[in-house]
Amino acid sequence: MRHVYLDHQAATPLLPEAFEAMKPFFTEWFGNPSSLHEHGLRVREALKRSREQMAALIHAGSPDEIFFTSDGTESANLAIKGVAYANERRGKHLVVCATEHPSVINSVEFLEKQGWTCTRVGVDAEGRLRLHELKEAITPQTVLVAVHHVNHDIGTIQPVAEVGRICSDKGVPLYVDCEASAGWLPIDVEAWGAALVSFSPHRFYGPKGVGVLYRNKKARLVSIIHGGVQEGGRRAGTENVPAIVGAGVAAEVARMDLDARIAHTRELQARLWDGLEKHVGFIKLNGPRPGPDRISTNLNISTEFIEGEGQLLLCDLNGIAVASGSSCVSKSLKISHVLAAIGLDHALAQGNIIMTLGRDTSVEDVDYVVQTFVRIVEKLRGMSPMWDEFQRGIIDSVIRPTGRGKSFSQHAADVSGKPAH
Amino acid sequence: MSETYTLYNSTVMDHFMHPRNMGDLKDADGVGEVGAAACGDIMKISLKIKDGKIEDARFKTFGCGSAIASSSMATELIKGRSIDEAMNFTNQEVVDALGGLPPVKIHCSVLAEEALKAALEDYIRKHPETASKLQTPVPAAA
Repeated sequence: MRHVYLDHQAATPLLPEAFEAMKPFFTEWFGNPSSLHEHGLRVREALKRSREQMAALIHAGSPDEIFFTSDGTESANLAIKGVAYANERRGKHLVVCATEHPSVINSVEFLEKQGWTCTRVGVDAEGRLRLHELKEAITPQTVLVAVHHVNHDIGTIQPVAEVGRICSDKGVPLYVDCEASAGWLPIDVEAWGAALVSFSPHRFYGPKGVGVLYRNKKARLVSIIHGGVQEGGRRAGTENVPAIVGAGVAAEVARMDLDARIAHTRELQARLWDGLEKHVGFIKLNGPRPGPDRISTNLNISTEFIEGEGQLLLCDLNGIAVASGSSCVSKSLKISHVLAAIGLDHALAQGNIIMTLGRDTSVEDVDYVVQTFVRIVEKLRGMSPMWDEFQRGIIDSVIRPTGRGKSFSQHAADVSGKPAH
Repeated sequence: MSETYTLYNSTVMDHFMHPRNMGDLKDADGVGEVGAAACGDIMKISLKIKDGKIEDARFKTFGCGSAIASSSMATELIKGRSIDEAMNFTNQEVVDALGGLPPVKIHCSVLAEEALKAALEDYIRKHPETASKLQTPVPAAA
């Protein structure tokens, strides 16, 4: 059986050259970078090199503006809480996009319980931030604007440069979450005028266990983890040296390969979506069409009349690894908040699958996925009462309405006695 | 994927991959369709009833792997049972027969119980003479 990994948004395999670079730092060069002897100074040098590689990837002015954390979630927590606490006396208002990652949304909710207020700026049907709403949301009390570069769910590229201009006009620091874009799209923190930027190397063939936070020298930030004075006093705790070294190599390779990665995944993205759209009826792409407004690695699709977890399981049984934003795959039994924010019909959110391509994905892989997915949809529709009821005109399609029958949501409410959330 | 690393245990996976009694029954005597407000899943069970006994059962499900497995197992378990026995059917039987479900997926087995009971109630509505013979009180129509 062919194995096709299409969950690069969750994790990527470590680059062999990154792995090689990491090895000596487990055994030979095991020192603590805070130590003042030879062992410490050697690894301190390695951290410096990695900081330079990170700075080059995102076009930061200085490697001193790079801080290492444990992962993207910690970086987001530090960015949001660290800026909020540092500017507490100036104001207690934050502005975020409604479709931020949970590490941002939940950090903001934590602050709201402590007296901060937050305005969540809405998005259009393709997930694009409403710039005029963002502009209006900023008040004299606003101490931070947080906007992601690329949406983790639906691949929408946000107008970050425009957001940066609005923020610098208003004198409010901007935090850009680049978790879904670093290593796959050019990032220029200086051109954006971003005060903070975070990303995770394990999304671009680096190791897990390390996150990066860029902080412009002018931005005020206090530590949220207390202890020693590692990372310029912004993040206490011994650095994960081997991971940081491997991450640096991954960042350097990503910078060199960026154009080739974009070209390769862009071609496969178009082939995959064209194949699915042509061969699977009643399927919808969520987010912008493949092109300048969408990251080249992501496809987020909704297949009507069937549920997402069943699709995910059958993909897995056929060697295809994918993700889903359906309520059935979430422990909270709620559909992805991103799909809710773009106003996707609940029935379509239920049938959601997310496929993310990588540098090793091939044309053969993509063709196998299309062929296999067609069979999976057929099998699940054969089991679905909704498909049958659509055929008989009892319920209608959301994607291609026929004008016959009631909506799926109405039907679901009728048979469950309550409206779907 | 390896056999060791599946989201559910091997019984659940087997019922998901090879569902028993999937489909509709021509001239069903009772049909029940219910939805789970919590997640949005929908399940439909059709019954063939003869001489007070469930002769045959079929299901169709819009839902996750455990919802499909739960409806497959429920239809297996209730075949051959009397209406009275079936009215006392609980989701726990489905969970036990499946060798357990993750806590967040227990509601899938509840949906199977509800679909079965909705189908029985549909039958009793169409055959009111059977209601008087039942030992189990018929719940108010859903």
